[in-house]
Amino acid sequence: MKGWEAFRVAVDALRGNRLRSLLTMLGVIIGIAAVVVVVSIGSGARQQIEAQVEGLGSNLILVVPGQFDTANPTQGAPAVSTLQFSDGRLLADVVGDESLVTARVTSGAVVRAGAVETFVTVQGSDQNLPEVFTRPVAQGSFFTATDVDTRRRVAVLGSGTAQTLFGAADPVGRQVTVAGTRFRVVGVLAEQGESFGVSQDNEVHVPITAAQRLFGVDRVDAFAVKSPTSAQVPELAGQLWRALKDAYPDQEFSAVTQTQILGVIGDILGLLTAVLASIAGISLLVGGVGVSNIMLVSVRERTREIGLRKALGARQRDVLVQFLVEAVLLTSVGGVIGIVVGVGGSLLIGRLSPLPAAVEWWSPVVAFVVSAAVGIFFGVVPARRAGKLDPVVALRTD
Amino acid sequence: MSGPRAAGAPDVAVPAIEAVDVTRSYSAGDTAVHALRGVSFTVAAGEYAAIVGPSGSGKSTLMHLLGCLDRPTTGVLRVGGRDVLELSDTELAQLRNREIGFVFQAFQLLPRSSALDNVALPLLYRGVRASERRERAEASLRAVGLGHRLGHRPTQMSGGEQQRVAIARALVGEPRILLADEPTGNLDSRNGAEVMRILEELNGTRGVAVVLVTHDDEVAGRAHRQVRVRDGLVELDTARPSAAPATAPAHRAEGAA
Repeated sequence: MKGWEAFRVAVDALRGNRLRSLLTMLGVIIGIAAVVVVVSIGSGARQQIEAQVEGLGSNLILVVPGQFDTANPTQGAPAVSTLQFSDGRLLADVVGDESLVTARVTSGAVVRAGAVETFVTVQGSDQNLPEVFTRPVAQGSFFTATDVDTRRRVAVLGSGTAQTLFGAADPVGRQVTVAGTRFRVVGVLAEQGESFGVSQDNEVHVPITAAQRLFGVDRVDAFAVKSPTSAQVPELAGQLWRALKDAYPDQEFSAVTQTQILGVIGDILGLLTAVLASIAGISLLVGGVGVSNIMLVSVRERTREIGLRKALGARQRDVLVQFLVEAVLLTSVGGVIGIVVGVGGSLLIGRLSPLPAAVEWWSPVVAFVVSAAVGIFFGVVPARRAGKLDPVVALRTD
Repeated sequence: MSGPRAAGAPDVAVPAIEAVDVTRSYSAGDTAVHALRGVSFTVAAGEYAAIVGPSGSGKSTLMHLLGCLDRPTTGVLRVGGRDVLELSDTELAQLRNREIGFVFQAFQLLPRSSALDNVALPLLYRGVRASERRERAEASLRAVGLGHRLGHRPTQMSGGEQQRVAIARALVGEPRILLADEPTGNLDSRNGAEVMRILEELNGTRGVAVVLVTHDDEVAGRAHRQVRVRDGLVELDTARPSAAPATAPAHRAEGAA
């Protein structure tokens, strides 16, 4: 008996018992759909974070005090910063272009405009921020080097903050009060978007010198350095670290590249996705056991049919192949339905919920291969039993 | 792999069935059951014979052996000239497929398949192309007077029609032997007579050996020869009226008593 004929016989057998076939497939459908959805959410989260980290500015190197341990990121929380604004000079000398280095100090504060008040992230930064972090200015302009040097009380609003405080009105030239001190708005940044439901636009940028006075500190949280080319990033990171280490031999610094950050995040997300996908895979396993069980019942029910086929000349192998094809057909059709449900579910989740979901092209392919393999694995035992039935005994069964 | 003869008219030189001192024993728990205790007879090509006997006589076991569904414990059984003890499971399946057509008491049709698909089934296992299978199955159904019922399912047919489909299926592979196990057992007398008429016609016109297995003396009486089985031995063979088996003196005494 040829392959496609075994296929036709199997289709007929499965169609003869539609409800049972569908219920048997359900286990595989749920298993495959769950795996596809979990993998989609996992890779969606990874893509979103990668986009965000890259959105910080391409070729970015963050220079922070303390040790950034890529193997144990939770222990990398830096102690109180020992970096000074003037240390930017050391870094600029390494890069050879001072417009590629920007300092930052971050805190939270209440910002008020007229009667409207809101709590925002206050970023003390310098004139190089738009270039280094790729944050274009939508209205007005960013503050200048002179503003930073003279500790001028000027502010650039994130688009969300501008919307909250001024609504549709143009904030440029208006006054805001940051932590009780009045600042003049000189610009508004372009919208950056959300990540995991948290807006990146609820910020106020002020000159770092003004921010230090406002918060009563003289530290700098971090320097961000933009490498001229991506090829130079690893080497430059080493040079930056060396420059600081030479100046302050008894202190710890880290020069963290995007690759390192992405690597750490990717490792965590990969692990999380693998754990969740394994749990989803268990339901696929249970579905496979269900297929095996139903096929055993089917072999018993169709004992007489098997006996007849053997009497008419079916070889052991013909009967085995027939039942194996049935099992594989059950799981692979279930797999295809599961893929459709999983991909559809992923797209719905991506659209309707804050969870990101991106369907990887390979996940349906792998899911299909796995479901077919489940059919072979769990179909072999019932199919062998069918093939080995003694035709005399089988024909006698009523 | 190929059969001992080309497709077409059976080779008259080779007996359809040749049994020499065939025994078959089963072990049921600790005790051995001797279903056949030494059976010898020959069915010539194109013969019309009946194997008769009450239930428990070993008649069913003999039918399974003749149908190559089972192998003898000892003795020699040749079907279509081939010794079944020497054949592998696969070769035995091929022998069933080519040499034997089964007609069962309970018809044994696949309920969800059409008459045409049921009849074509033996050809499927012979690897015949789909178009040729269809052609031959159709011709076979016409031969039993069911040319108008090709697409019907068994459940849409009467018992007599179902048994005729089964005969068409037995016939489609052009076997040397048609083995009919109580072919009229599930039919009323009118349909039973029609089935017998068809079997006899096939025997007469196609030269296929027909072996009826039955406990019904009336049905057996229509055959040209009767082989009576009792307690695992041949009690009477009308082809050898005076020759009760010499190996069974006890039986001769019993018959004489």
